[in-house]
Amino acid sequence: MIAGLRILAPGLLTTVQDLGRPGHQRLGIPVGGALDPVSLRAANALVGNAPGVGAIEVAYVGPTFMVEADNVRLAFVGASAPIEILPQLGAERGREVPRMRSVLVRRGEIVRVGSLTGGAVLYIAVEGGFDIQPVLGSLSTYIRGGFGGWQGRALIAGDWVPLCETRASEHEECELRDLDLTLPRRFRAILGPQDDHFDKREIDAFFGQEYSVSPGADRMGMRLDGYRIDHARHTTFVSDGIAPGSIQVPGNGQPIVLLVDRQTSGGYPKIATVISADMPALGRVPIGSKIAFEPVTLEQARDLRRRFVAEVEALPKRIVPIERGISHASPRLDGNLISGVVDARDARGWM
Amino acid sequence: MSNYRVLPAGDTAVVVEFGDQIDRQVSVAVLTLARRLGEAHLDGIVELVPTFRSLMIHYDPLALPTDVLTDRIAELAQGLQAHAQTGRVWQLPACYDASIAPDLDYIAGCTGLTPAQVVECHSSTIFHVYMLGFMPGMAYLGDVPEILRLPRRSSPRLKVPAGSLAIATLMSCVYPLETPAGWHLIGRSPVPFLQRRPRPSALLAPGDTVKFSPVSLQEYEDLLAKSAAGKLDIRPTNSKLEVAA
Repeated sequence: MIAGLRILAPGLLTTVQDLGRPGHQRLGIPVGGALDPVSLRAANALVGNAPGVGAIEVAYVGPTFMVEADNVRLAFVGASAPIEILPQLGAERGREVPRMRSVLVRRGEIVRVGSLTGGAVLYIAVEGGFDIQPVLGSLSTYIRGGFGGWQGRALIAGDWVPLCETRASEHEECELRDLDLTLPRRFRAILGPQDDHFDKREIDAFFGQEYSVSPGADRMGMRLDGYRIDHARHTTFVSDGIAPGSIQVPGNGQPIVLLVDRQTSGGYPKIATVISADMPALGRVPIGSKIAFEPVTLEQARDLRRRFVAEVEALPKRIVPIERGISHASPRLDGNLISGVVDARDARGWM
Repeated sequence: MSNYRVLPAGDTAVVVEFGDQIDRQVSVAVLTLARRLGEAHLDGIVELVPTFRSLMIHYDPLALPTDVLTDRIAELAQGLQAHAQTGRVWQLPACYDASIAPDLDYIAGCTGLTPAQVVECHSSTIFHVYMLGFMPGMAYLGDVPEILRLPRRSSPRLKVPAGSLAIATLMSCVYPLETPAGWHLIGRSPVPFLQRRPRPSALLAPGDTVKFSPVSLQEYEDLLAKSAAGKLDIRPTNSKLEVAA
């Protein structure tokens, strides 16, 4: 018996993503993957998946889909969003579910994710993952190249995305406490590699300014509006490799920070590069935000990375079973207590 | 000994930079260093991306400290110039018929050659694959003979068909997929430069050698149909094509 999710409304840009496909950039194939791999990993851990299993990446406005499986265990991690489970097609209201915990959804129920606030992305993990053939070892969707993920494109209404499991495992529901996804105001960056293309005055000005993320931002990169950086030299720059977090400065002086679907090579000088520990947070920054950059040394970046990797690897240990009737993940649920059970229907998922 | 510098590109990549110009000898140095690093199988190296005059090394700094990586680069960067080409050699069909080469007349006009001479010049060039980039499977082929070197178009086209063969400055390329493009279109090749099924793979790799063999419009269409049906078998040749230094 096959199982799947039937997409009723696709949201703004909903794609299947995992941790990307490194190793093919010399052929012009970008690494790709989730804009915020920390949230993706956390969502996977909550449903008992390995960290890199393909999940659904929601950007700005979420999808509506029907569960066509006996039941599925889902988890939602990322920006705040209204998430409702409707009992059937045509129902106008359903039960609200919070992020940061696993949730059991039954056949015929409809998951409706609304507009995100406080961040650009939200991940929806399904226990067992999607029954999709990996491309070059990954389920990440590369839209520009038309391959990977679900048919190499964003989900549309009418899609039926197959699942590996037809029913959720017998397992108590779990939550992740204290995952802080607050957006930092300043992102740490290492100077260069082309910092020698800019006068010190321009570099200092760049680090001293706030930039706003312009509406053109996408999975390839964020255009920033703000102080126009002047180049010290005006010769054509020969195409070079591009590291994640590269901050390119084209002729018009408005920096572009490169993200997961960045091209593998490019022809603009790069004034600084955001550190790896700050990249997942950068992936969460929504259009219209104000951000700034702070210089750090390679040594500082290494220490920050060490701490970051340790925290990410420890995430699964911070996942705890939800005590009967008491969830610390969302204050709203405490208001629904009925004789110690959060919601009579949820109790069935514990059996 | 080649002059190079190693620059951090964030904390998970370094750029080994050999100057700031496109140059065949520099490209040989980049590709040789890439091959040596690949063969060294250093723990902590994630991938190597050669470009015209630099090699980007993506690595995990917690598994391979940056200073250790820099030391290894110094060891392997000795005598980079001396190496011969080790890539594959390809003779690939290309159609230069005016009906599918929208800029052929323009190129002829700018260069003072006849369209037939433009075709003869391009198709007798033995190209070196400097790198792949801009899009999956797109190879930068050089060097275009001086007489054919034109600046990029002042306004790019919004869309060119997959397989479009193009030139600009000292490079030539084939766009593997339909795409916006700023180079002059000199013809089309029916060969799939990017295959997407069963798995994405690029036909060409950095360090390969390419020569184009002109085919008629009819032959081009026959080959294109074969390619669409998955029946076009393109293999490297065993013949030696010496790329002029």
